[in-house]
Amino acid sequence: MFDVAIIGAGIVGTMISRELSKYKLDVILLEKDNDVANGTTKANSAIIHAGYDASVGTIKAKTNVEGNAMFDKLCEDLSVPFKRIGSLVIAKCEEEKKILQELYKRGKQNGVAEMKLLTKEEVRQMEPNLTEKIEGALYAPTAGIVGPWELAIALAENAVENGVELKLNSKVTNIVKHDGFYRIFSDKDYVEAKYVINCAGVYADKINNMVNSEGFEIMANSGEYQLYDKNVGKLSNSIIFQCPSPKGKGVLALPTVHGNFMIGPTSEYVSDKESKKTTREGMDLLYENIKELFSEFPYDQIITSFMGLRAKVESQDFIIEETNESSRFINVAGIDSPGLTAAPAIAKLVLKILKNSIGELKLKESFASTRREVKHFMELSEKEQSELIEKDKSYGKIICRCENITEGEIIDVIKRKAGATTVDGVKRRARPGSGRCQGGFCSPRVMEILARELNVEMDEILKGNKGSYILMRRKTENDHWSEDNE
Amino acid sequence: MNNYDIVVVGGGPAGLAAAIEAKKNGVESILVVERDRELGGILNQCIHNGFGLHIFKEELTGPEYAERFINEFHKLGIEYKLDTMVLNIDENKTIKLINSEDGLVDIKAKAIILAMGCRERTRGAINIPGTRPSGIFSAGTAQRFVNMEGYMPGKKVVILGSGDIGLIMARTMVWEGARVSAVVELMPYSGGLTRNIVQCLDDFDIPLLLSHTIIDIIGNEKLESVVVSEVDVNRRPIKGTEKIFECDTLLLSVGLVPENELAINVGINLDNKTKGAIVNESMETSVPGIFACGNVLHVHDLVDWVTEESRKTGKSAARHVNKQLIEGGKIIETKAGDGINYIVPQKIRLDNIDETIDLYLRVDNIYENVKLVVRKDNEIIKKIKKSHLAPGEMESVSIKKENVLGDEPIILTIELEEEMGK
Repeated sequence: MFDVAIIGAGIVGTMISRELSKYKLDVILLEKDNDVANGTTKANSAIIHAGYDASVGTIKAKTNVEGNAMFDKLCEDLSVPFKRIGSLVIAKCEEEKKILQELYKRGKQNGVAEMKLLTKEEVRQMEPNLTEKIEGALYAPTAGIVGPWELAIALAENAVENGVELKLNSKVTNIVKHDGFYRIFSDKDYVEAKYVINCAGVYADKINNMVNSEGFEIMANSGEYQLYDKNVGKLSNSIIFQCPSPKGKGVLALPTVHGNFMIGPTSEYVSDKESKKTTREGMDLLYENIKELFSEFPYDQIITSFMGLRAKVESQDFIIEETNESSRFINVAGIDSPGLTAAPAIAKLVLKILKNSIGELKLKESFASTRREVKHFMELSEKEQSELIEKDKSYGKIICRCENITEGEIIDVIKRKAGATTVDGVKRRARPGSGRCQGGFCSPRVMEILARELNVEMDEILKGNKGSYILMRRKTENDHWSEDNE
Repeated sequence: MNNYDIVVVGGGPAGLAAAIEAKKNGVESILVVERDRELGGILNQCIHNGFGLHIFKEELTGPEYAERFINEFHKLGIEYKLDTMVLNIDENKTIKLINSEDGLVDIKAKAIILAMGCRERTRGAINIPGTRPSGIFSAGTAQRFVNMEGYMPGKKVVILGSGDIGLIMARTMVWEGARVSAVVELMPYSGGLTRNIVQCLDDFDIPLLLSHTIIDIIGNEKLESVVVSEVDVNRRPIKGTEKIFECDTLLLSVGLVPENELAINVGINLDNKTKGAIVNESMETSVPGIFACGNVLHVHDLVDWVTEESRKTGKSAARHVNKQLIEGGKIIETKAGDGINYIVPQKIRLDNIDETIDLYLRVDNIYENVKLVVRKDNEIIKKIKKSHLAPGEMESVSIKKENVLGDEPIILTIELEEEMGK
């Protein structure tokens, strides 16, 4: 019997599990996919928002500003890339300048520090590549960029190191309420827990409906993005937002923590919650919008496109509460933007709900807030690099030649707790295949390392989720493929 | 710090030929650095035949072609390092290497030859919409899996792009027991060699869909199908022409890009068209003492021409080391005129030319019955009749030095002229 079962290992689920791992609680983290951070967490704007967007008095506003302030310590502890590069909301006419003033006022009320309204000239000086049509901007220096999946992976690893059990490939199919506990079924087996925390993202409505008659509907809203080569990673220094309109926040542009450049997102309601589809219409929309921000944009430097789903609810505010109908069942639902920013504050909020129910929780003396040191070979000094190769030859072997990722780094992310088991899993943790060749050269080598370290055959290696086989064994004399036995 | 006269970056066909030629021209201290685990480069995975018709007057497979150079290379006792990556080159020709045995090493060279080859353009770079399942490979990656590692990507294949690797892979996949339902080409003509279209597609009844492209990819985890559509003259999909092709494998053969990150970092000027370095008659880049040859300079159709160009480069690098290359003097520029996509080299220092200037070029479309016209400023100095020209096939033109002498600044233009009465 677990004290707490958390459903969903995205940024919210991993953040809560790590928060709870500080206390003497038996916690299990259930994930339907074969890796953590496999849903919305792996495809979003990667922004730590300042907090002027959300309506005053909402949970969004509160957790956004609180969460933002927690990122420096969190990312330092877990050695996750995070940079406070600031954000600019751009105004191109008097009308839009008025909206900036409203944002500024709202930001003040939400408790956002250090905001400033900039003149045309000040914007120009900060961001010389922006279009000349700019009339002013709202500058929020507390905004930042982060590696979202790296953070969720680090949180999961740290939580597991501190005693949380992570159960992958465990899709919740039913939950049965018992006296004092819940029995949570997957397609194979079940687990029992006194408390359930529903962090199931776009499926949070489905999970809620397993035990509650009333609830909410999660609407999946797709956002398409494009990633550009490091050659153009310095196109802007800060996060650039279009002025929000009744239609939404618009398209934004930003450098990523790894030095690439990214634009997006679109916004479109979709019926298929498994969809990862990018569209011609989405691309055209991004191009149309980005033209409004930059005088010249290097479209030909594109590396890849991707899509993520926002989990939206009608109320437009986060739902973070123990349900009336089922005590000890806590929904953490409707976590769309600024969910990534708010996640650390959301975890604190959930902890408070638990404390209210359980009473005072005992801290674990053994809790370690940091994980085993993460070595990004190319970021080390030459002396450190030489010493590392001396100790472990695999750090002298470059596997990904676009990003200069060594074999040592790849082996490390496979061996870690909550480690990589797939090509995409390695890519998200150590970055081979994230560069301009998109794994053309290194994917055979990465697969070979995975097969060796996990002691499986090459044809068992998956690209990403279940079923995404990459290779099959070659035809042999005795094994003819024919139309008949297909 | 270690010192070498010449460091060659890349041990594929270009690097091998350049190193061998430099050695034969009297340079003793040469180091070839190769990032893969063996010499020979991409030739190792090209197990089909058709290599060497011009250089050896016989038909060899890729590994056989490589072997001839590797044997000669070893016989000459040239030094090399495998599994070694060049991290950086600076303008003083200091090269930073990394490998498991030596760790990080700085090497100083009198001349550097860049021979890193090229990489394949990706799905992301050409922006095909749709899902992101497994089963999508660049044709070269699939070729390595099938020919060198013994695995198959799948059994129902569609190929996008009719470059040579795509054509070769169509046949390879059929030989290995897969079904190839189509080769889809955006342009109204193939980017590959005619002989490959005949031997790899026609002989196996694989349809080549010209003026078609893939507009959607379907399948969340594993590729299930692709949607193919006809395109108009502006290469935009035509509504109503969509066809669904079931497949578990999509191979992309949509172009090669010279891998010039080292060149960009050291500040070498690149040609917008070739995406390779701008070079002079000696294949020397804008940074003195750094040379380039093979597919890192411009993408070649036949390895034979890579060999020819790289031998010239090796010889030039040797002359640089021996201080025999003449700086400055009269400089001619080459210019791609009507119908010509690019010309290499871009600059010629006449003082370094013995008798003839050799120019390599590609045309920008399919042409029948035209003339290649070479102009020295406004004066026509050569006309060559061509019954067929295609972007997929490299052309070369030789010009006598005596024809370009003169005091005025000279721009050497090559352009196409339609045959009269056609």
